[in-house]
Amino acid sequence: MSNRPVDLEVKNLCKYYNAGRKRVLKAVDDVSFVIYKGETLGIVGESGCGKTTCGKTCIGMLEKTGGTVTYQGKDVHSLSKQERFDFSGKVQMIFQDPYASLDPHQKVYDIVAEGIRIHKLAKDKAQEERMVLELLDMVGLNAEHAMRNVHEFSGGQRQRIGIARALAVEPEFLFCDEPISALDVSIQAQIINLLMKLQKQRELTMLFIAHDLSMVKHISDRIAVMYLGNLVELANSADLYKNPLHPYTGALLSAVPIADPKASRQRQKVMLTGDVPSPVNPPAGCRFSGRCSRCMDVCSQKKPELKEVEPGHFVACHLY
Amino acid sequence: MEPLVHINNLSVSYFTYAGEVQSVRGISFNIEKGKTTALVGESGCGKSVTSKSLLGLIEKPGVIKQGSEILYEGKNILEFTEKEWLHFRGKECSMIFQDALVSLNPTMMIGKQIMENLQNHNKDNLPTGEIRRKAKEMLDLVGIPDAEACLNKYPHELSGGMRQRVMIATALITNPKLLIADEPTTALDVTIQAQILELMKELQKKLGMAIIMITHDLGVVADMADEIVVMYAGKIVEKGSNEEIFYNPRHPYTWALMNSVPRLDLDSKQELVTIEGTIPDMIQPPKGCAFCSRCPYAMNICAQHMPQNTDLGDGHQVACWLTDPRADVSHVPFLTGGAVNV
Repeated sequence: MSNRPVDLEVKNLCKYYNAGRKRVLKAVDDVSFVIYKGETLGIVGESGCGKTTCGKTCIGMLEKTGGTVTYQGKDVHSLSKQERFDFSGKVQMIFQDPYASLDPHQKVYDIVAEGIRIHKLAKDKAQEERMVLELLDMVGLNAEHAMRNVHEFSGGQRQRIGIARALAVEPEFLFCDEPISALDVSIQAQIINLLMKLQKQRELTMLFIAHDLSMVKHISDRIAVMYLGNLVELANSADLYKNPLHPYTGALLSAVPIADPKASRQRQKVMLTGDVPSPVNPPAGCRFSGRCSRCMDVCSQKKPELKEVEPGHFVACHLY
Repeated sequence: MEPLVHINNLSVSYFTYAGEVQSVRGISFNIEKGKTTALVGESGCGKSVTSKSLLGLIEKPGVIKQGSEILYEGKNILEFTEKEWLHFRGKECSMIFQDALVSLNPTMMIGKQIMENLQNHNKDNLPTGEIRRKAKEMLDLVGIPDAEACLNKYPHELSGGMRQRVMIATALITNPKLLIADEPTTALDVTIQAQILELMKELQKKLGMAIIMITHDLGVVADMADEIVVMYAGKIVEKGSNEEIFYNPRHPYTWALMNSVPRLDLDSKQELVTIEGTIPDMIQPPKGCAFCSRCPYAMNICAQHMPQNTDLGDGHQVACWLTDPRADVSHVPFLTGGAVNV
């Protein structure tokens, strides 16, 4: 894996918000990782852990507070106007809520064609039409859908339109922010299969964010686990499940219900007590220290660094 | 053993401008005492409407149709007067909802909200002090630290998981025999979800109430349910015990549903089974089996005639034409009625 070229490199990324009364909310705090070309990196974590903020900052949708993000050698946050334009042709996004992320005033055709027009990818109207219909066909919609309004579609179909829109500019990098959370179970599988098929066909690099761990494991090559703005573990997806090193990862995995009654009854559950602390006033040292069953003295004093414990398996914990 | 609730041929329709939306179309099932029954299905399949009928909460334009029967301990609750309903709701049967922030009153202290339920059903004329003590006991029972202080807090001061615990405390303070949980953990994070599910199991053991669990998360179902009722387009397509439904699904919809979620504990990267298409329009539900337009194994008869329930023993019932001995099941990847294939 590591001999693959690096596509996106994140170094010590920080994103702070002013929470008023001189308090600072550290939504993303000192996060570093790389995404190799053609792989899918999944980010998991509970709500409020900073996974969406991290993703959005990585693709330049949000300004950063510190650190660097480089995409194909260029700093994402200091692009010139022309570079920014080229960047938007290479990096696209699929949003969580298919009801809010599509313009209700536009026809499906125009929604998909907008990127093609802006980036002047079609020579003439006829080619544009061919491209749009091809895209719709690729995501499982047909030509008859093109002239309809968005409100005529179901959630799953809308998400397909969102995917067609993202793929219209022939991107190399796709950022999927919880693309399936708003959908029904049977529709989720459709969208996941579609994304995996498209990734194979187009050799896309993907950053996939979701809180559904089983789906993330299914689609990702590597998984990053976040807790309260920190990256606590990063590993190959099979390794992460078989051998979770960080106590939080272990608890998170064991909390995921398994759709199998016998397996579900047999397995050992690690129950976490308490709630995620406020990100405005996080515990000193390791941010998980207050809920951790294996907490030591050093944990509440010193923040652990992300270390490579096994080849390709990074963890930020004083136990290692 | 006599079931706690016997639902017989329940039909609920909503009369809208567009026409009659047949949300629930003649379903029958039992809820056993002290057991957990899970209602599973996609959004719009009628699972919430079923639970609302149990509490008499169907409002206009919704109508429970003639011929429907819900027998609670032998009495048909659909014939209740408003006074009988008031006694039933909250005392005999309570409900917890998906979104605790919306369901709790934001302007009322937690203690007052919990006490309110018991005060409304205060047959023994307990003094207020006693009720307050019970409310505190209840908060202790649902695992809220420092219950005394919590009584004087407002809902916004608590986290999502804590609010859900408060709602469970409110529902259970009257010691109901039936608890309806409508997607109780959907809005919560997985670690908090695990806490709440564990709590519900524990409380069921202690208090012995029956639970109706409405959810679309099959993982939660596998963990919690004793009996499973799978609904599709207002009908029950399959019902049976937890193990039967998970290890021996006989309906194509159940089978696809079980195989459409990736398993965290398995290492397969194979393609997920999908159910193509979307649910049918409930204003004009199909004449035959409602699933036939999405079913890869549909036969000619499926579009024409509604399949009857086939009994497979041990309470496992399925409504599918594939169970008919005349059906060709050589290409079906799961067991159908009687015939054995791989």
